[in-house]
This record gives sequence, structure tokens and C-alpha cells, in this order.
Amino acid sequence: MIRSLARLMPVLATTAVFLAGFLVCSLVYPNFASMRVVMNLMTDNAFLGIVAVGMTFVIISGGIDLSVGSVIGFTTVFLALAIERWGVPPLLAFVLILVICAGFGACMGAVIQYFELPAFIVTLAGMFLARGVSFLLSTESIPINAELYAHLSDHAIRFGSGARLTVPAIIMLAVVIGGMVLLHLTRFGANVYALGGSRAATALMGINVPRTTVLIYTLSSVLAGLSGIVFSLYTSSGYSLSAVGVELDAIAAVVIGGTLLSGGYGFVFGSFVGVLIQGLIQTYISFDGSLSSWWAKIATGLLLFAFIAFQQITLHLARRPARRSGRPSPPPPAAIAQGVVRP
Amino acid sequence: MGLRLPRVGTAQIGALALILAANWVVSPQFFDIRLQDGRLFGSLIDVLNRGAPVALLSLGMVLVIAMRGIDLSVGAVMAISGAIAASLADSHSLPVVLAAALGAGLLCGLWNGFLVAVLGIQPIVATLILMVAGRGIAQLITEGRIVTFTSPDLAFLGGGSVLGVPTPIVLALAMLALTLAVVRGTALGLMIEASGGNPRASALAGIGTKLITLAVYVWSGLCAALAGIVAAADILGADANNAGLWLELDAILAVVIGGTSLFGGRFSIILAVVGALIIQAMNTGILLSGLPPETNLVVKAVVVLAVLLAQSPRLGTHLAGLGVLLGLRKA
Repeated sequence: MIRSLARLMPVLATTAVFLAGFLVCSLVYPNFASMRVVMNLMTDNAFLGIVAVGMTFVIISGGIDLSVGSVIGFTTVFLALAIERWGVPPLLAFVLILVICAGFGACMGAVIQYFELPAFIVTLAGMFLARGVSFLLSTESIPINAELYAHLSDHAIRFGSGARLTVPAIIMLAVVIGGMVLLHLTRFGANVYALGGSRAATALMGINVPRTTVLIYTLSSVLAGLSGIVFSLYTSSGYSLSAVGVELDAIAAVVIGGTLLSGGYGFVFGSFVGVLIQGLIQTYISFDGSLSSWWAKIATGLLLFAFIAFQQITLHLARRPARRSGRPSPPPPAAIAQGVVRP
Repeated sequence: MGLRLPRVGTAQIGALALILAANWVVSPQFFDIRLQDGRLFGSLIDVLNRGAPVALLSLGMVLVIAMRGIDLSVGAVMAISGAIAASLADSHSLPVVLAAALGAGLLCGLWNGFLVAVLGIQPIVATLILMVAGRGIAQLITEGRIVTFTSPDLAFLGGGSVLGVPTPIVLALAMLALTLAVVRGTALGLMIEASGGNPRASALAGIGTKLITLAVYVWSGLCAALAGIVAAADILGADANNAGLWLELDAILAVVIGGTSLFGGRFSIILAVVGALIIQAMNTGILLSGLPPETNLVVKAVVVLAVLLAQSPRLGTHLAGLGVLLGLRKA
């Protein structure tokens, strides 16, 4: 029991930070604690939340995906062109773009796996490629006037006092729940953790490492594509420069959510809370009105540092007693993951 | 794998020559250099001049990557040092301005180095912090505005020339010479190769791995700060939002093109600079050829992939497999 609680420590800490932050905001601005603010928080950060779920899988497996922001940008441009210029029905365009993204992610995963190259640099090339292709498609912002878009942005589950659970927010919540099920309850999820713990051991256990790696990057790109769909719903347009730098926001959310960047340990729910914390900072700044948006960057940087320092300290503490008493009991998964990277 | 001497950079120099030749084909006056008002002008000089900031960044980045690290914060450090230089330029003398801007880069480097060497945080995360927060700090310094200055002293560093050669080129060459002298002129280069190849074994062998790690990040911070000063001096102002944006990726790309292994332990300083020139020659070539500048990113992506595949330890195996598949060779 205590061990499983200790395992959940980082997520609990993140959630506590979010709740404390929300409390502080509510004390400063009495209007803050309303369903409306919470719902807007979800809607405004829906695309980031979806991407962060995919990033969680990638990072737990010990990789990284820098291409997601560009994939979102590409998706919005592709959708705008397909729907407005080429006359493709929106739903068919959604399916098409998800298939394209899946192929893109699978290619990156295959290059990482079969050529034994660092994920960081392969997805960097993917980032250039996706952004470059969307530049080639169009450099201007294209409005999307399809009926489905107007319909979807009107559609929402309404609560009293103007609070609306919009379609983007519903999609994000569904992705978060789906991600939790996939990561924690399926064999694929267990394989992802195993990969992040130790590639060699995973292969020796008979797990199909190439298949898992390719699937992980496919998943991340598909979710980035879905996020691009949500982003285009949210802005009703396609623009090749949209979502620049989102990959870093997503990585920051995942790290703040308690996932180890060295892999092997983390939770989808933590990333979700990490996204909410970043959204909270931005909402606070917009409530304040006099603070400039650059404080959001500094605050995110400080939070990143605080959580990474927190991780290092817990890892340090987790390793110590096991070493001293020489018990054969297995250390927490976090320590294993760290031990693999720095033995 | 073990330690290998850096391959003689025939591939890189060949690629650079090829790109320059291609530029010459699309623009016949590419190699024309003329002297005007005591300064050299021409497309080739332009490639060198525009490539100087990335070349400066790659001087720091190559050492960081050789230590199995990565420095994502160099773009943000450029923004910080540029912001400081531009805000102080009109009220202080040049030495004070330079000291403040370079000092900021030094502090940024120390921070990164501290996180990596002392706290043991993975480099990609440790430098991500400053990458995210650094641009915010730069905006704090400029108060969110684009700060402009008129000081001719600082402007000289971006737009002036020494004996006809534009100052950014001179600065980049001087830093290259200094880096080479310190790293290859002493045992430091060997120690970096050893620590990058196997940090634990090197530490056991008595190499101050932590101190060297700290030092390479400080050097990277300093180089980034200088690049930031040059960039600010070039446009007579500092734009915290856009100064050095995405240049960390160009710097990493330059180092990778230069044949430095991302797995640590093998690096070449000169070839990293050649890599930076290759990137800039491609940019200039695309502009000269009249292709839309948007093609730039796609071309870059293809080049990265090609270089990566060439570096891949598994390329030979897969090619052999392909040969078997096509019936060219017996299994």
C-alpha cells in the first residue's frame, strides 16, 4: 500500500500544485472559482492535452517526439485546403489526415528502430519536414467555412452560468481516458513501460520491440493529427505557422506531470494535470491583465525546474535505503529507470 | 565502436563544394567578390557573414554534444545577451556592454552546467528549462518591446569590417582559433573524447568529468552570448521573441552534419563550422535560385535524414539485406 502510494507521489504532487494554484487564483479573483473558468481551461488547452497524451507514451518508452507541433500545423493547413479548395467532405478529410499522420509517425518510428538513431534527431528531421511541407502547401491563413465546423463549435454540453463543455474539451477528455486505459490496462501499455525501463531486457523477454516502437510513434503522430483537427475546430482556420513550439509545451506538461524523461515511469493523468497547470498560469495572467505574457514562460520554466529537482530528490531518497540495508526488494520503478540510464 | 579519429571531412567539404557549385549554376555571379567602401561584398561573403552566428553556436554545441550532452537553450541565450547588449548600448561604453552580455551567457552556461554536472539531470531536460524560461527573461529585459540602439561601437560588431572582412566573420574565425587552441592544443580534447565515450571509465581514470561538463556548457553559453551580440548588432536592435529562434536546431544540425557523433566521444570542431556553412550555403542558394524560401525546411529535413542514415551504425546491414533481396548478392 505504502509502496503504491509512493509510486503515485509525483502525480499527487502535481495535482496538489494544481489545486493549490487554483485555490490561490480563486482567493485573488473571486470570479475565478466558477465552472465557466474550468470549462474554458479545458477548451483552450484541448489540443495541448491531446498531444501531451501521445508525448507521455513516447517519453515513457524512453524516446521523444519533437515533430508534434509541426504535425499540428500541417494538419490544420491540410484540412483547410482539402475542405475549402479541393472540396473534400470534412469527415473524409479527418480520416485522410489521420491516415497520413499515422504513416508519418510509423516512418519515424521505423527509422528510429531499424537504423538505431536517436529519437531526438529523427523527430527533429520530422519536425522540419512537416513544417516545410505545410509551408509549401500554403503560407497564408485559410479560413474554414464548412458547415460541420460551425455546427461543431456550436455544439456543447451546457451547464448553468455560461459554462460549456465544448467538443474540443470532450475529445480531449476522451483521449485522456483512452490513453489511461491503453497505458495502464493493456499489453501494449505494459510493453511501453518495459521499453523505457530497458530496451535490451524487453527484447530478451520476447516482446516485439520493433513493433512496439513503431506503434508508439504512430500513436503520437495520430494524436498530433487529432490535436490538429481540434486546433482547426478551435480556430476555424488552417495556418502553416500554427502550433509552433507546442512540442515543448507538451514535453513540459509531461515532465510537470511527473513522468521521467529517461523513461519507464509516468502517468497519462499527470500529463493532463500538467497541461491544466500551464493553462492555469495563462488564465491567471489574463485575469490579472497587467502581467505580461512572458511571465507565463518564466513561470513554466520555474515549475519545470521545481519538478525536475523534486524528481531527482525522490530518486535519490528511493535509492538510498535499498542500498544501505542490502534488501533484495525491488526499488521503485522510477529508480530502475534512472539506474538504467546512469548505472 | 570505441574511439575513432575524426574522419577526414572529405564528405562535408565535398558537400559544401557541391552546394557552392550549385549556387554558382543558379547564380553565375555567385563567386564575384568586390571591394566597396573598404568592405568586401558578394554572395560568398554573404554566406560567411550570415553563417557566422550559427558557426559561433556550433563551436559551443560541438563540445557539448561530444560530452553526450545537448544544449537546447542557445537560442534563448542569444535572445538574452542580445537584449542586454541592445538595452545598454546607448548608455554605456562597449567594454561594459560586452562584459554584461557575455557575463549573462556565462551565467546561463553555469546554470545549465550545474544542472547537468552537479544535479545529474539529463541534458535535454536541463537545458529545456532555460529554453522555455530564457525567452521570457529576455522579454523581461526588453520589457516586451523591440529595443533599438544607435551606438556605432556595438553596430560595428554586426555591420563593420576589419581589413575589408565583415566583423562577424572575424569574430567567428577568432573564436574558432581560440576553441581549437584550447581544445586541440591541450589534453582537453582527449579528455572530452574520453568522457564522451565512457563517462564512468573516464572518471575512474582520474579525469574531472564533472568539471569538464560544467566547462563545455559555460563555453556553449559564452558562444551563444557572442552570437546574440552579433545578431543584435546586425539589426541594430533586439527582438526577444525572434532573436535566435530555432537556431539551436540549426546549431545541432551543423554539428551533426560535421560528423560529430550524437553518442559522444567523437567530434570535429572545424567540420562543425563547415556544417554551419553548408546550412547557410543552402539557405542562400534557395534564395538565389528564386525557389520559394518555404522549400528551405524541406531541403533541410532531407539533408538531416541523409546525414543521419549515413551515420547510422545499421546502414551497412540494411543495404546488404537490400542487396540480398534484389538478388545482387548471396545471403
